Amino acid sequence: MKIHEYQAKAILARYGVTTPRGEVAFTKEEARDAAQRLKSNVVVVKAQIHAGGRGKAGGVKLAHSPDEAAEIASNMLGMNLVTIQTGPSGRIVKRLLIEEGLDIKRELYLSLLVDRISGKVILMGSAAGGMEIEEVAKDHPESILQETISPIVGLQPYQARKIAFGLGLPGEVAAVAVPFLQSLYRAFIDTDASMLEINPVIVTGDGRLVALDAKMTIDDNGLFRHQELRGLRDLDEEDPLEVEASKYGLNYIKLDGSVACMVNGAGLAMATMDIIKYAGGSPANFLDVGGGASAEQVKNAFRILMSDPSVKAVFINIFGGILRCDVLATGVVAAAKDLQLKVPVVVRMEGTNVEVGQKILRDSHLNFTIADGMKDGATKVVQLAGGAR
Amino acid sequence: MSVLVGEQTRLIVQGFTGREGTFHAQQMIEYGTHVVGGVTPGKGGTKHLDKPVFNTVADAVKATGANASVIFVPPPYASDAILEAADSQIPLVICITEGIPVLDMVRVAAAVDFKKTRLIGPNCPGVISPGKCKIGIMPGRIHQQGHVGVVSRSGTLTYEAVHQLTQLGIGQSTCIGIGGDPIIGTNHLEAIRLLNDDPDTHAIILIGEIGGNAEERAAEFVRAHVKKPVIGFIAGQTAPPGRRMGHAGAIISGGQGTAKDKYAAMAAAGIKCVETPADMGSTVAAALKG
Repeated sequence: MKIHEYQAKAILARYGVTTPRGEVAFTKEEARDAAQRLKSNVVVVKAQIHAGGRGKAGGVKLAHSPDEAAEIASNMLGMNLVTIQTGPSGRIVKRLLIEEGLDIKRELYLSLLVDRISGKVILMGSAAGGMEIEEVAKDHPESILQETISPIVGLQPYQARKIAFGLGLPGEVAAVAVPFLQSLYRAFIDTDASMLEINPVIVTGDGRLVALDAKMTIDDNGLFRHQELRGLRDLDEEDPLEVEASKYGLNYIKLDGSVACMVNGAGLAMATMDIIKYAGGSPANFLDVGGGASAEQVKNAFRILMSDPSVKAVFINIFGGILRCDVLATGVVAAAKDLQLKVPVVVRMEGTNVEVGQKILRDSHLNFTIADGMKDGATKVVQLAGGAR
Repeated sequence: MSVLVGEQTRLIVQGFTGREGTFHAQQMIEYGTHVVGGVTPGKGGTKHLDKPVFNTVADAVKATGANASVIFVPPPYASDAILEAADSQIPLVICITEGIPVLDMVRVAAAVDFKKTRLIGPNCPGVISPGKCKIGIMPGRIHQQGHVGVVSRSGTLTYEAVHQLTQLGIGQSTCIGIGGDPIIGTNHLEAIRLLNDDPDTHAIILIGEIGGNAEERAAEFVRAHVKKPVIGFIAGQTAPPGRRMGHAGAIISGGQGTAKDKYAAMAAAGIKCVETPADMGSTVAAALKG
C-alpha cells in the first residue's frame, strides 16, 4: 500500500525525524489558512499523488503570500498531473501539502528497503539528492553508499556514521544524522514498511537535517497488525476496477489490451498474458482468481472483466489441480447466464473430470469455444477479439 | 533417487487440524506420504485423521522421530511456526502459507541457520518426489516418476509444466516449488544445485518469473557447474513495471527483474529458453533426445 507524502511525513515526525512544518489542504481556502498559520516568507505547495516526478511536471510551486498559495492551490487542485511515473493518463490532484520554505544548503538521497539477496533491510545513501536513484545507479554506481542492517540489533550508530561521513557531512551534521537515521529505521520497522525513500533529505543553512520529501510503501501482508494505518489507503489513487476486485480477494491488474484473461495462480496468469501476446493479441488484464477458483470467484471475476469496455473476448485458462473441471464449468456457465455475457469466451481447462467439464460447457449452448491446450486457446481468443495487430 | 523428500521422509503437519491442514494432510496420506502426526497448540493428546496431535513441535519430534514438517499455519503465526520447527532441529521445513509479512521473513532468515534447517517457501506449493512422497498442495495424480527435476516460483505454472511432461511420457524425479515471496528459504540456485547432484535427475526445468535476480544467479551457477540439460521459462514478459503481479515477489522495480534480462542471462548460460508456456514439455523432450 502506497501512502501520500504528507501521511508518511506525519509517521516519520512521530518517530523524531525532522520534517518541514506543514499541513494538508483539500481546498484553496484550506491552503490559504495553512499558509497563513505557517508564517513563513516562502511556502511550498505540493500536489499529493502516489507518483514521483512532480516537480518537473508542475506539481510543486513556491508562494510568497497566503493569497498566492491559494491561487496556486486553486490551479493545482483538480488538475491532471502527468509525470514520468504516472504514465500518459496522469493523476487528478485532490490533495495538497502546504509547507514552510527552507534554506537548502545541500540535497542528499536516503532510502530503506528490503534486499532480496541478503534477506535484510538495507540503508542506501547518495550525495546526488533530488535525482532518480535508478539514474545514479546506472551512471555512478560507486557513489551509492549502502549498509546492510541486522534485524537482531537494528541500525547501529557506526553504520549511520559511515553513511553520514561517506556523504561528506561535517562532524556536527553527522552527529545529528545518527539519531535521524535510527529514527527512520524505527519508523520503517514499526510500520511494516517495504520501502521508504527520502529524496531529498536536506542540510539547511543552520546545519539541520530535514526530510524534504517522503515516499513510503507499507507491506500489505503486514497491515493486519496496523489498524491505524489502514485508513491511509487512498482509493482515488487506484483503478476503480482493481479496488472492486480486491474486495472479492481477486488479484486483478488492468492493462490496455482487448483480450481479458481469467486464470488460477499468479505464475500461470502471467504466462497466459505472455502467450496472448505471442499469439499476436494484447492482454486486457492480469487476473488471478486464486488456486481454488470457486464458482463465486468465477462470477465476481466475470463481472469485473465485463466492466472494462475495451474487452472484446475472454480467455479462461484454469489448471484444475485439486479443483475439479466439472465444478469449474458449472460455475462458468452459471456466471455467464447470470451476467448475460455478450462477448465470446474461450475456455481452456485441464485436470480432473475435464471431459465432463467440457460437456457441461458445450451443452449450455452459450458462446463458449473450447480450446485444446494453451496455445490453441490463445490463438482462438486473439482471432475472436478481432485478430492479431 | 530424488532430492529432499522420499520414502525415508517422516512428516508432521503444523496447523494440522485447520481446514487447509486437514484437507491437504488427507491428500498427502492418500498419496502415500508418511504423515506421522501433527501440531495444533491446545489439542495435544487427541487424534486427527488417525494420527496423534501434539501441542508443540518438540513434543511431536520426540514422540514420532519426524524429519520433515509442512506448515499450513495462517500468515500472522506462520513465522513463529517456522522458528518453532527450526528450534526442534527438523532438517526440512516446507512452508505453504501465503501472505507472511516480509519483515517477519527478514527476522526468520536472520534467526534460522538454513544450513541446518532447509526451508522451502513460504508461499509455495511444496515438494514432490513422484511415486514416493508428496509434501504440499500439488495434485499428486498429474505427476509420474522419472528423471526430470522441476524448480519453480509458481504453483499452477509448475503443474502446467509437470502435466505437459507426463502427457509426453516423461516422468519427474523431484519437483520443488520454491515460492513466490521476495524472501524465501531455498532459491533457484540452491534447488538446482540439489538436482544437479542427484544422479537420478537427467534434466532440469527452471521456471522463473519477473522480480529480483534469483534466476540470473541460478543461470550463472548453471553456466559454471551444470552439465545436464536445463530448460528455462520466465513468466511476465508482458507485465508492466512497478506492479506486483499476484506474487509478493513478482515486481519489476527500478528497471530490475525484467523477463528480458532473465532470458538473456539464461541464454548466455546455455539454458534452453522456452518462449511460450505451452512448449515447456516438448522442449524438455527435445533436450533429452539431443
